[in-house]
Formats: sequence, C-alpha cells, structure tokens
Amino acid sequence: MGVDRRQFLKLAGIAGALGLGGSVGFQLLKPGSLDAAERMPTPYQMVFPKSQGNSEVMPNPKALKGRRWGMVIDMRKLTEEKARAAIQACNYYHNVPDIPGKQTIKWIWLTGYVNAFPEVENPFADPEIKNARFIAMCNHCDNPPCVRVCPTKATFQREDGIVMMDMHRCIGCRFCMAGCPYGSRSFNFRDPRPFIKKEYPLYPTRTKGVVEKCTFCSERLAVGKLPYCAEASGGAMVFGDVDDAGSELRRLLRSRYSIRRKPNLGTHPQVYYLV
Amino acid sequence: MLEKALSGSKLYWTWLICLLVVIGAGFGAYLVQYNKGLMITGMSRDVSWGFYIAQFTFLVGVAASAVMLVLPYYLHHYKTFGRITILGEFLAIAAVIMCILFITVDLGKPSRILNVMLHPTPNSILFWDMIVLNGYLIINLVAGWVTLEAERKQLAPPGWIKPIIYLSIPWAVSIHTVTAFLYAGLPGRGFWLTAIMAPRFLASAFAAGPAVLILLGYLVKKLTRFDAGREAFETLAKIVCYAIILHIFFFLLEVFTVAYSAIPSHTSHLKYLYFGLHGHNNLVPWVWTALACGFTAIVLLVNPRTRKNPTILPFACVLVFICTWIDKGMAMISGGFVPNPLHEVTEYSPTGLELMITIGVYAAGALVLTILYKVALGVKAEEEAV
Ligand code: SF4
Ligand code: SF4
Repeated sequence: MGVDRRQFLKLAGIAGALGLGGSVGFQLLKPGSLDAAERMPTPYQMVFPKSQGNSEVMPNPKALKGRRWGMVIDMRKLTEEKARAAIQACNYYHNVPDIPGKQTIKWIWLTGYVNAFPEVENPFADPEIKNARFIAMCNHCDNPPCVRVCPTKATFQREDGIVMMDMHRCIGCRFCMAGCPYGSRSFNFRDPRPFIKKEYPLYPTRTKGVVEKCTFCSERLAVGKLPYCAEASGGAMVFGDVDDAGSELRRLLRSRYSIRRKPNLGTHPQVYYLV
Repeated sequence: MLEKALSGSKLYWTWLICLLVVIGAGFGAYLVQYNKGLMITGMSRDVSWGFYIAQFTFLVGVAASAVMLVLPYYLHHYKTFGRITILGEFLAIAAVIMCILFITVDLGKPSRILNVMLHPTPNSILFWDMIVLNGYLIINLVAGWVTLEAERKQLAPPGWIKPIIYLSIPWAVSIHTVTAFLYAGLPGRGFWLTAIMAPRFLASAFAAGPAVLILLGYLVKKLTRFDAGREAFETLAKIVCYAIILHIFFFLLEVFTVAYSAIPSHTSHLKYLYFGLHGHNNLVPWVWTALACGFTAIVLLVNPRTRKNPTILPFACVLVFICTWIDKGMAMISGGFVPNPLHEVTEYSPTGLELMITIGVYAAGALVLTILYKVALGVKAEEEAV
C-alpha cells in the first residue's frame, strides 16, 4: 500500500479540513480502495462496526497484512498424517492442554464428514469424501455470532477478519459457546496448566474460567509468518487473503469446487474445503 | 418496618436457622467450585450451560408472573387481589435475587462480573438481561416497600409510586422476553430457534408463578391467620388454568412445526428429549412426566368442581409446578445443546456439588422470601388488629 498510516492521517486531516468527508475523501486519497471491497458488509456489520483489534503502536514492518484472512483446506492433499502434524504444531505452540473427557479443549481437530457438514449428508457420496477425516477449527466467520453475543467484547473481530479472544476480559459466561454454530470454542473448566505436557514458553498459558479457541496464529502473522498449521500441513492448508484476487488462496478457490460449513446460517465462514 | 422480621415464633426461627445451614452448605460447595473451577459441574464442551442457567430461566418466569396480580389490581381495580398483590411482588423480588445469584455462580470468572458494565455491549442480549433484571428488582423493591409502608400508616400510597407500578407491568414482560432472546437468536441451535420462545416462556411463567403463589397462600394460611380469601385463590387458579393450557398448546405448536417440516437439525433435539437419540435417553422419563403432569393439571383445573376444591387445587398446583420446572429447569437447556453442532451426543446431568450450590441459592431465595413475607404479614396483622 502506497500510503502509510502517518501520511494517511495527515492527508485525512487535510481532506477533512477541505470538507471532503466520508467516502469521498477516502476515495480521493486511496483511489479504488472502496471498489476493491468485493463483499458487502452484512447488516450486522453496518449496525455494529468492527471492534478495533491490535492498537498498532509499533507495527512490525514484516507483519503480514491482509484485508480478510482465510484458509483453504485441500482435502485431496490432506492425509491423516499431515493433519496430525498440523494439529500437533498448533497444540504445542499454543500450549493447548490435553484434558481427557468431555471438558476438553480443542482448537483444531479431526472430525467426520457428517459431523463437519451435518446438513449435506448424502448416502451415495463418494466414499473417499464420506470417509475422509476433516479438519475442524474456528472459521473466523465474517459475520460471527460469537462476537455478537459476547457481553464484554472479550470476543472481538479485527479489521482483517480474525476473531480474537481477550483472555483478560472474558468473564466465562460461555454465551459465545452457545452462539458458535460450529462447536469451535472451548472453556477452561479447570486450570489447564497441569495438562500441558511440554510448555512452549513464548506463548501465554490460560487460566481456569475463560473461553479460548483458534486465533489464526495472529501472533505469527504479526511477525510475518504463516500459521503453524499451514506451515506443518505440507501444503494441504493454504492461508491467505480472500480479498486479494491474486492470492494463491483465491487461485485454489477458482480452480476447484469448495464447500464451507453451514453456509445457510449466514455466518460467512472463512475456512474453505476443496473437495 | 424491617424490625417485624426480628420477632417471631419458635417455628419461624427454626426455619430461618435451617435455611442458613443450607445456605452455608451451598456456600461451602461454591467455595470448592471457586477454587477448582466449573470442572466440578456436569457441564462440558458440548453442554456448556447446565442447571444454574436452567434455574435462572425458570425463576425469571416466577419473577415475571407477579404481573398477573399487579395488572388486574392496578389496571382493572380488581379489589380481590388487594390483599395478596404485595405477596406477588415480594415473591418477584426473591425470584430475581435468585436469578442474579444463579448467573453469578455460573460465571467462570465471577471476579470480572463488572466487565459487563465497564464494557457495555448493546449487541449482546446478556447486557440487556442484566439491565432488565436489575431494573425489575429495583422497581419491585420500591413499589412493594412504599405501598406496604403506606398501608401501615393507613395512608394512600404517594402519587409518584403509580407510574412505577404501571412501569412494572411491561417490565415484567420484558424480563422474560429478553431471557427468551438469550436463546432464540442463536444460529445453528435448532431447538431454540423459534419465534414463539418468548410467548412460550411467558405462558409457562404465568402458570408456574401463580401456582407457587397459591401454594404459598395455603402455607401462609396454615401458619398465620392471614387469609387471602377464597375468591383470590379461585381467580389465581383460573389464571394458572389458562396459562398451563397455553403452555401445552405452544409446545404442541413447536412439535408440529418441527415434526412436519422434518428438518433434521430441528427434529433431532425433540427426538433426543422425547425418545432418545443414538441410545442416549437421560431426559426421556422426565419430559414425559412433565407432559403427564401438565395434562392432568389441565383436567383438574378446567373442571370447576376440582378447581374450587381446596384439597385438589394445591395438588393441581404442584403438578403445574413439576411440569413447568422440568420443562424449563431441565429440558430447555439440555435439549438445546444435545446433539451438539457436530451432531454428536454428549449428555448432561448435574453433579452433587452442583446440586448443593443450586439448593443453596434456592435457600437464599427462601430466606429473602420468608423475611419479606414476615414483614408484609406483620403489617397486615397490625392493620387488621386496629
Ligand atoms: S467458527 Fe464459531 S468461534 Fe469461530 S468465528 Fe465463527 S462463530 Fe465464532
Ligand atoms: S465466555 Fe467470555 S468470550 Fe465468551 S461470551 Fe462470555 S465473556 Fe465473551
């Protein structure tokens, strides 16, 4: 992008002084930036504009920038082995505890086709698809119900689409878990620390009483790296900017048929499965 | 007026001490939960709300039902309710206090509860629920106390209280509507995704609340000399009758929509509750008990001879209570979460500690109710002695 933040603010100030308010001024300063938006905001987004994430005090120049991050999972490439490698990497680097039983914590996990896509059940579908194990994770929905229901803004959405958790803000009401139609969230019913086999010291552990989930490795993007799962999956999981028509992710989506989980709910999931 | 709560019979004090013991036990259980986290409950990743939230939902209804007394009395000047309206308002206060306690014990981080006010989030229904619940508590405290105080002084209640009492009418409706919205607006939860959730809640509330009040009325009559009067009981019984019919009717409407449309993500929940799913059927005996109680209560309440019979009426009220309590206090929450969004079945049943905390909260409510009723009945007795 040609204009950096400082310059932009200055120009915006001038534009404001000249009375070029709103989108007109914006258009003059960054021509085409508005037309580039391919998706209309949902009604919810119009009423409640995104809560701002990271305050960019000192942006890392290497940080990856995207208008709207997404993930493509290539089911032809995703072997059980690659999937496990991806899951293991995520669990290790995020200190996801290994708690047995029904109070477990899951950020990214394997599940059956009928579980991931309960309403596209087809008894005669290609057995290769039907018997495949799918990766389930937070979809970083464009219109996320978990953000809508959270009473403290502990769950919020960044400008680049990532749905984040503020562990220090969360009161543990678990409304977001009721709201998420994909079962993507976990609650720390107990102190997770004793269940972390080997702690990765560079990522915070959590306390009991808060909700957590996949964050698209926002901490990695901030230093210019791809998410762990994408890196460990041997090319089966491709991370990229869904708003950038030239991205590898978009090329993949053009080349093959893709499905999303529960599209009928209008949450606009940003995880795409190539089948 | 509060001093009226400080003198009482031996029975009164024994009762208070019993309640305090139960509250203490509940509090002890809560300390365990506070230390170990919600792991001590039967809740899980799949059923992330359990008994606490279910009781909260049920009691919001009991609180809202005070409107069934306030409305006829103040709006239609139905004098018969003059003697018991205050009992309805005080029941509402105790119920709202229990609601707030249940929400608090359900939080993973209770110490951060103020975040709801520090970071007001108008797009979250929980934010509005907090506002309407606290508002309703204040309205009823003020309205109840001021009218009672005036009654004691044998004066007409001050003029400014009228608008507050009128406000309490739509406000009562709002608390249960907002509580229904907690569930009704969630995508992907077929069991709750129904526009008649709020009316359904209100119908069951207007059955359960007055039923509890009738039972309390009988109890008070036994224990003190205060009698609400036969006509008041009879009118309340009619309200319970209509409301429980509506409750069952709304349920049947749900059944029709779900069963006739046959959309799996909607039918699976009802199947789980009423017939069991994939061999999981914890709740099946309960929900059928609820239905049986509901239908029996309707038969007993519709027939004027049984409805007016002072031994059969309390029995019918108990049936109504069981029916609505199982419906909201058990099935409503579990039924929404099972099966989970990935069509897996994880069942829920509360643990012993969870039940102890629940009983402790109910005991706290009973304590508040006892004290408020003691004051109210004390004032009434004084007035009648004059
Ligand atoms: S998948 Fe669930 S948790 Fe993730 S953004 Fe969507 S609604 Fe929220
Ligand atoms: S549990 Fe935490 S993140 Fe989820 S809705 Fe409640 S406060 Fe928000």
